Amino acid sequence: MQTTLSINGTEHRLDLDTRVTLLDALRDHLGLCGSKKGCDHGQCGACTVLVGGRRINACLTLAVMHDGDEITTVEGLAEGADGGLSPLQRAFITHDGFQCGYCTPGQLCSATGMLGELAEGWPSHASADLDGNYELSQEELSERMSGNICRCSCYPGINAAIRDAAGAEGRK
Amino acid sequence: MSLDLKLDGRSEDRFGTMAQGLLGTPADRPEGVLKVTGAATYAAENLPENCAFGMLVRAPGQGKVTAVNADEVRAMPGVLAVIRDERMIRNAAQGTANEAPVQGVDHAEYVGQPVAVVVAESFEQARHAAQSLKITTEGSPGPVDPDAVEPEGEPTRTGDLDSAMKDAVHALDLTYTTPSHSSTPMEPHAAIAEWDGDRVSVRASLQMLKYNRNELADCLGISAENVRIQSPFVGGGFGSKLGITAEAVSAAIAARELGRPVRVVQHRRQAFETVTRRSETTQRIRLAADAEGRLSGLGHEALVSNLPGETFAEPVTQASAFAYAGAHRVIGERLARLHRPAAGSVRAPGEAVGVTAFECAMDELAVKTGLDPVELRRRNIPDKDPSSGKPFSSHMLAAALDDGAGRFGWSDRAPEPRSRREGEWWIGSGMAAAFRVNIMMEAEARIDLTPDGAVVETDMTDLGTGTYAILTQIAGEALGLPAESVTVRLGDTDFPPGSGSGGSWGSATTGNAVWLAALDLRRQIAARLDCDEAELTLRDGQATCGNVTRALAEVLGGDDLRGHGHITAGDAFEDVVQSTFGAHFAEVAVSDVTGEVRVRRMLGSFAAGRILNEKTARSQCHGGMTWGIGMALTEELTHDRRDGHMVNRDLAEYHVAVNADVPPLEVHFLEELDPWSGPMQSKGLGELGICGAGAAVLNAVYHACGVRIRDMPATPDKVLAGLE
Ligand code: FES
Ligand code: FES
Repeated sequence: MQTTLSINGTEHRLDLDTRVTLLDALRDHLGLCGSKKGCDHGQCGACTVLVGGRRINACLTLAVMHDGDEITTVEGLAEGADGGLSPLQRAFITHDGFQCGYCTPGQLCSATGMLGELAEGWPSHASADLDGNYELSQEELSERMSGNICRCSCYPGINAAIRDAAGAEGRK
Repeated sequence: MSLDLKLDGRSEDRFGTMAQGLLGTPADRPEGVLKVTGAATYAAENLPENCAFGMLVRAPGQGKVTAVNADEVRAMPGVLAVIRDERMIRNAAQGTANEAPVQGVDHAEYVGQPVAVVVAESFEQARHAAQSLKITTEGSPGPVDPDAVEPEGEPTRTGDLDSAMKDAVHALDLTYTTPSHSSTPMEPHAAIAEWDGDRVSVRASLQMLKYNRNELADCLGISAENVRIQSPFVGGGFGSKLGITAEAVSAAIAARELGRPVRVVQHRRQAFETVTRRSETTQRIRLAADAEGRLSGLGHEALVSNLPGETFAEPVTQASAFAYAGAHRVIGERLARLHRPAAGSVRAPGEAVGVTAFECAMDELAVKTGLDPVELRRRNIPDKDPSSGKPFSSHMLAAALDDGAGRFGWSDRAPEPRSRREGEWWIGSGMAAAFRVNIMMEAEARIDLTPDGAVVETDMTDLGTGTYAILTQIAGEALGLPAESVTVRLGDTDFPPGSGSGGSWGSATTGNAVWLAALDLRRQIAARLDCDEAELTLRDGQATCGNVTRALAEVLGGDDLRGHGHITAGDAFEDVVQSTFGAHFAEVAVSDVTGEVRVRRMLGSFAAGRILNEKTARSQCHGGMTWGIGMALTEELTHDRRDGHMVNRDLAEYHVAVNADVPPLEVHFLEELDPWSGPMQSKGLGELGICGAGAAVLNAVYHACGVRIRDMPATPDKVLAGLE
């Protein structure tokens, strides 16, 4: 089936088996292997990408369902024409927010989406009320990032990096 | 030429006199940019031209295997082959096996054994075809219950523990159980195999390539020279990628048969079954103490399991042999031969579960004797190894206990359980000691020095452990080069054989090989300057000898130099007992309403000789401590009672700790140099953090609410039953 995906600002025309997930389209058909497959079942978050700015598990959705969608993967997070690292990517290195690095693209995409959700006032399970005014507390951050498993268990580094990049250092 | 060193005694500390100032600093990982941009290439990625896709098929039961509809499946769209080859392996090889594990597809010895690989033009076709292949098994299943068989092995007995128990003022005889655990690294096991004539190249996700190469060659019946394995990036291993795995063998077989590259990736649910699990354990712990809490005897007996044909028995009591004094001892494992999926090494085999249970028992003894738990441990630190009588290379337990207790604020703790309540939550704290044996293996490495800098090569792997970072630092420090001038190339059997990653030995073993390669180069440089190597100072690309300083490039004078190092363990690992030590402290909250346990904070003080990179070392400890939280509270592989199959074999049902389960973790390193551990004076650290961590959590649960959980993990149902 003919599908056009807009990935990191570039259009890709593909002829795909309808069973191909968005994740496999990226990895195996387009050679964009930054998005990772940890479980293929929506259980780990390694495949997290942004579709229209919202984070989703790319293994749980079929590529042909995204005809015309704007998709951002880890390869598209670097800023500027020279591909310089984004503040979040830089902070992950500084705070050692990874070990093996396999969950990292998902963590980065998820954190990018999460900070957007927070700014837009989306509540989480850790939110005390629904007034839409949430700060990046340890509880909010951990709760909102718990869809991304890191078996190396770099959560302290991941959280420090996200706070740092979000300019939230020192806020409780 | 090569500089060979067998460690037979103490080594001199050479890094204390180096000038670059790189080793020990919290340097960023050099491969970090690749990892945060998605450019690091893992095993399943960058498909070769014309690659076909394979999917493993599992046995649904035990017994004689029949593939009922193979011809029908072969006729499905895109299907290239349905392969059932006797060379396929029953389960992953054990670490350092160096030969094929049990092979064959005609008889399934456990539920989930791979018995076919289906290959198709696309992944989707292969998956559909594999799911369509109907496999039947016939025959009565082998035993799957650890208590239903007569186990092999006997513990070692010293003195008379039975009498010591009778004579003791305080005696405890307790049984703890831990369930099977899974490593479950985030990158599933994957391989792409490609043949060129009689030579096979495999891009795989493996931890110990020099062994894996021999294992794969043995599986395929070809010579090791015809096998190349590359694993430059490994998405976590934790023991599950130590030995050759099913997808690598079947990819190689299929690629040969089809004459084109084949990729096989294990689905997460397959990897749970075919890759070795940590055995469940039943641990009987006996403690005999006098009125002051001094142990006169101790017993640590464990029942573990494994499949027939596997040599590995979870070494549960490994640290109990040397951890505490006490003349009368019964220590060792018994192995039940079961038809559950194969057991093998999972992060800190032995100590992870053994120290955890033993440290829970020590907490129970502290309560019984009325002693502070820290003081009880301090009183029982042996001055030499109680089992062998050998001295320790160094003993840092007392220092770790003091350091950790001070920083945690342990002295503020009310000794009585149920002393503190906040709303529905009981608050309490607990501690445990950490022990992990220090192991040295054999490794080689080489360094090429050119005017552009140094290139380090070894087939050593980096599982996230920090190998790229620390080998960069070791070479840079020894050769006087900034990190940017050092390139480290890993994970290719074309490079000199390193130690592989496992047993926490990677950094100390392969690191010392890199040091020797650098020393080889230092001697060559010194010879060119006509000076003694010990007088040579290398810093920022300059070589100084006496009052002469010259640029390194000038010293090379157009030549490229090569250094080669080779290290082996010798008597330094026989004459003394080497271990790392630590102390864990945890604060938890337990809901009186639901029985839920929340860890509020955790602190560890660790001693492992020289810390090579503070940043990556800290991350390793975070990992271990987090696994301790998982072991204490959530991780449990459940086996079906009828046929032993793994019921909860995925990440939705096997609960590893997620972000919200992990509180802020504090890690402190004690200053230590251990001359017995080699020229770097550094010991393995990757596993110390998990040893005993779960006990600190469980002991805190007891202190919070008075409920003692001896059947891990402490899930809410068990806690709630105790609260009522
Ligand atoms: S691969 Fe998509 S959630 Fe795990
Ligand atoms: S860095 Fe290895 S799983 Fe997160």
